[in-house]
Amino acid sequence: MSANEMAENRIGQPAKMRAQSERPSETREHWYLEPEGTLRARVSNLKFWYGDGTQAIDDVSMPLVDKQVTALIGPSGCGKSTFLRCFNRMHDLYQGVKYSGSIKLLPEDENLIDLDPNIVRMRVGMVFQKPNPFPKSIYENVIAGLKIRGISKRGVLDEIVETSLRQAALWDEVKDRLDQPALSMSGGQQQRLCIARALAVQPEILLLDEPTSALDPIATAKIEDLINQLSGKVTVLIVTHNMQQAARISNYTSYMYLGKLIEYNETDSLFTRPMCQRTEDYITGRFG
Amino acid sequence: MNTLSENVLSGIDYASISRKNRSRDIIFASLGIFVLFIAITTLVALFLDLAMRGAPRLADPDFYTSFPSRRPLDAGILSAWVGTIMVMVVTAVVAVPLGVAAGLYLEEYAKKNWFTDVIEINVSNLAGVPSIVYGLLALGLFVQTFGMGETVLVAGLVLALLILPIIIVSTREAIRSIPSELREAAYGLGANQWQTMSMYIIPAAKPGIITGAIVGLSRAIGETAPIITIGALSFIAFLPQSPITGDFPFISFEWLNSGFTVMPIQMFGWVSRPQADFQITAAAAGVVLIIMTLAMNALAIYIRYRARKS
Repeated sequence: MSANEMAENRIGQPAKMRAQSERPSETREHWYLEPEGTLRARVSNLKFWYGDGTQAIDDVSMPLVDKQVTALIGPSGCGKSTFLRCFNRMHDLYQGVKYSGSIKLLPEDENLIDLDPNIVRMRVGMVFQKPNPFPKSIYENVIAGLKIRGISKRGVLDEIVETSLRQAALWDEVKDRLDQPALSMSGGQQQRLCIARALAVQPEILLLDEPTSALDPIATAKIEDLINQLSGKVTVLIVTHNMQQAARISNYTSYMYLGKLIEYNETDSLFTRPMCQRTEDYITGRFG
Repeated sequence: MNTLSENVLSGIDYASISRKNRSRDIIFASLGIFVLFIAITTLVALFLDLAMRGAPRLADPDFYTSFPSRRPLDAGILSAWVGTIMVMVVTAVVAVPLGVAAGLYLEEYAKKNWFTDVIEINVSNLAGVPSIVYGLLALGLFVQTFGMGETVLVAGLVLALLILPIIIVSTREAIRSIPSELREAAYGLGANQWQTMSMYIIPAAKPGIITGAIVGLSRAIGETAPIITIGALSFIAFLPQSPITGDFPFISFEWLNSGFTVMPIQMFGWVSRPQADFQITAAAAGVVLIIMTLAMNALAIYIRYRARKS
């Protein structure tokens, strides 16, 4: 079913009402909610191939709501991380990759697949699965993105370091040792530093690729709190293998399977009243 | 299937397996120690033999500050060690930037296709070409075709060619050992390729690159064949002009065009003399050369150690 057909399915009906009345159907392959509120980006018919010719993303269309947290869930190998990495063109670092379709940034209406990947990465920030601070001081890490953009005024930098570290809920822990090496911090602190580093350049979209999978439960809880606080301020797209985490921190959730988008819905609806049988199988643990 | 594997495992004596493995470990470890012992003893014996034979000259401070002489007891290594240092400076200045740039290009910038594969294979091949072949190349190209003469510059260039593959390969390995997370972190922040290289990759790879360069230079310092081929002299009773002069602009490059000798050549020259006393001088020069090489290797190890600690 194409995005257009999907769109027709819901014409004229408020999504929530229908969500309450309809139950998962064996026959429904896809379901897609048209969210209320401003969009920050819209993905249309995105396909992606790796250099060896394998297709990892197959005709995915979904919106990204402005200043909200959108989670991507699905079994391993379903393409959720690959999809996320299309948003900052990280794949372009490797040879032979191919895209088709579009990821339009709104309201500019620019397809980021057609932009210079370097410019895309200046506008779309990313935090990786494994904390990857630079082997430099905490301060140097936070200002790394600013230095790349040629900002070097000490006063400006100091101010941004403080606000970014506060946003990342790290300021109180590190304010007295900003000149210490970042690698001397715990894994959870390193990951929050990576978030601060990404926030310091005010990304239009912040991508989080399983940011807590390498962390212990306490560090994970801190990152989740932090993501909750970002909701309403920053547009966040997060990949997680942990459904409870998606339920706790996101406003919208996409369920992906085998490179396709199965269901996109408000998080509450997706977890309480999934619209597709396959979503229900996955979230109830019958599959995946 | 379950019953089958239970049957297979039930009759095994774990203690005997463990005992057998332990005795294999002991055999291998003793063999290793034995081989290591032979290697180290040979090296130490060689060094001590040289040092003892050369002791009379080594103990004489004039040995380090005199020019070679027809009388063995007056012969010194001044022109040789000064020549070695000057040639090494030329080699380092030429080979290190070229090698690092080539390694960086091949590893990060070049597209991976058959052409870069061919280059890669040939760089490795160059590392295996006998050094005398480089000497012939330099003789034909630099000395005869370009008419540059038997100078410090030519010697530095030929040794630079010789160690270029070593530096290229070690640069590539140092860059390849940088985890891709660091690279993606930099690109993810919007850094372009040059910023990623200069701000993050090269600084992280620096210890490996420097180590490779020093290992290359410590190979070059002992090379004799290519230098003989280009026609270095083994009896030089003058020093190249000093690079620092009293007059404006205070720096002179005249030394590049000067005749020269280097430590291994000086040693070779003395060894081929009939007088027994020259063997003593040669042994003493050998000790100095080995110490120079060991000092460079020690520096490489120290840099690696410091990098690992930080």
